[in-house]
Amino acid sequence: MAKTFLEIFITGLLMGGLYALISVGLSLQYGVARILNISHGEFIMLGAMTTWTLYTALRISPLLSLAICGPLALALGYLIHRTLFRRLLTTSASFAVFESNSMLAAFGLMFILQNIALIAWGAEIRGYSYLSIPVHFLGTLFGANRLLTFGIALVIGLAFYLFLNLTRTGKAIRAAAQDPVTAGLMGVHIHRVLALCFGLGAAMAGIAGVLISMCYPVHAAMGLEYTVIAIIVVVLGGLGSIPGSFLGGFVLGLAGSIVTFLEPGLALVAYYIIFILLLLVRPTGLLGR
Amino acid sequence: MKLGKINLRRPWRPGAVFLILALLAALPLYASTYSVILLTDILMFVILALSWALFSAPTGYISLAPAAFFGVGIYTSAILGKQLPFSLVVSLGGLISFCLALLVGALTLRLRGIYFAMFTFGLVELIKHFWLWYEIRFTGTRGRFVVVVPHNTIYLTMFAVFALLLLTTYLIRRSRVGLALRSIGECEEAAAHIGINVNALKTLIFAVSAIFTGAAGSIIATRWTYVDPYIAFNPLYSFMAVLMALFGGLGHPYGPILGAVIFAYLEELLITRFPYYYMLIFGIVLIITVLFLPEGLIGLMGKIRSRVGGHDAVA
Repeated sequence: MAKTFLEIFITGLLMGGLYALISVGLSLQYGVARILNISHGEFIMLGAMTTWTLYTALRISPLLSLAICGPLALALGYLIHRTLFRRLLTTSASFAVFESNSMLAAFGLMFILQNIALIAWGAEIRGYSYLSIPVHFLGTLFGANRLLTFGIALVIGLAFYLFLNLTRTGKAIRAAAQDPVTAGLMGVHIHRVLALCFGLGAAMAGIAGVLISMCYPVHAAMGLEYTVIAIIVVVLGGLGSIPGSFLGGFVLGLAGSIVTFLEPGLALVAYYIIFILLLLVRPTGLLGR
Repeated sequence: MKLGKINLRRPWRPGAVFLILALLAALPLYASTYSVILLTDILMFVILALSWALFSAPTGYISLAPAAFFGVGIYTSAILGKQLPFSLVVSLGGLISFCLALLVGALTLRLRGIYFAMFTFGLVELIKHFWLWYEIRFTGTRGRFVVVVPHNTIYLTMFAVFALLLLTTYLIRRSRVGLALRSIGECEEAAAHIGINVNALKTLIFAVSAIFTGAAGSIIATRWTYVDPYIAFNPLYSFMAVLMALFGGLGHPYGPILGAVIFAYLEELLITRFPYYYMLIFGIVLIITVLFLPEGLIGLMGKIRSRVGGHDAVA
């Protein structure tokens, strides 16, 4: 019994690490750039599908793909913000209007990215086997790839946290999150910082996609599922809070693995119930401002 | 403004509307089966877009719940279609959606802006996954077969729902209720201060708009003959309602109708052979609309007309 409990706990923790990484990106995009990026999962999908292609066609290791997909997603996100969302920001009358408009534009982006991927890759479910060796860990068996992805997710999350808190650019991002107008007056190049945030969020999604492809099957329509999880985690942890996203990720991962153990069909239902109750009772989340 | 007052600048307008409605009502008498089926689809999307706009256009709340009400209507038909007469099933589909929307609205309409959108989106997914679990667990199958109804009956019922929705939209726009809704959209605090019961009104109109979405769902289910939770509670129907209405323009009821007709026809042309390209166009148009056409096609037409005619002719 204790062993089963431990297994559920660790499975949940491993899921939670991935959920956290997915959500940190979205949290950055919503918390700083004020864009509820519904197309977030599409960047995950692009990362995953690119990794799959590189691995099966050119035998490029997924670990190397991390270094390819991350910067590519960063550039793509930066570009999208510079062209699309910047224009929206300058034409919208207020932040509330911008939030609605940018959410709708992100819906459009979702359809565009997803269907380009469907045209390019087709709708088949793909997968490859990488490091799926069983490893003894605390008395139970886990795939080496799961443990590796968990480790990478943690390292990236921590590195990002340090980047925000220790560097000058990180300070500019935090200033823009608090008050974009005043930050602009203090000499922060606000459009550049917002575009950077959107790009970093996309990069985080791309990296998460690479990690996901190492453990789970991938396909061109997988994005929305992860977007939804990211939104739930971000609301759970508190919009715009990086530690909150990590906490929320682990809470949701654990909840998922407990419910899956009790009644497998209800895991997603449980996520949505948590989400809806949270919006009703405490919309600012666990660590929200 | 008094009801039934004729606009002196365009005295032909009510006549034109009645003529079009009469032509639509008599469609099965002179048109082919294909046109009847096509028009049924177009009317369905018109109902989705127009009923979304009924609540969301004046208040500015972005609801992603239409797919939930649509799906509830579909399942009303799937479960009760064999026992009850068609018209009763459709009415029940509307009524159950109304009750669900009352509940949801009362719970959530105090959420502002983006939170309301997220909540309504979550609602669709929650119902879908719960219902999927329920079906597999307790009925043992994923989908259900729906009773078959003749094409002309489906079309005429859809048309009746559309006509009712048009009438409702017109009456609400012309009444104090419509004015109150618009003042909520302008500034909710101010609306509350001048004595509008903001929450009750929002909930009521939200629920009224759900009636038509639900009814449209119960009608179209009989055309599809087989449904499962993924088909019935597809969030795409929410997005489509929003896009069609925005693309057409929210300033006037003709906007959502125009947007829905264009996209429904585009879907008919593309969906079977190039489904991905259809959805790609869908996304591009959505972004273009948000970026360049904040008032939709209706707003654009108004601008062009005033530029060409030299005087303001905005509807």
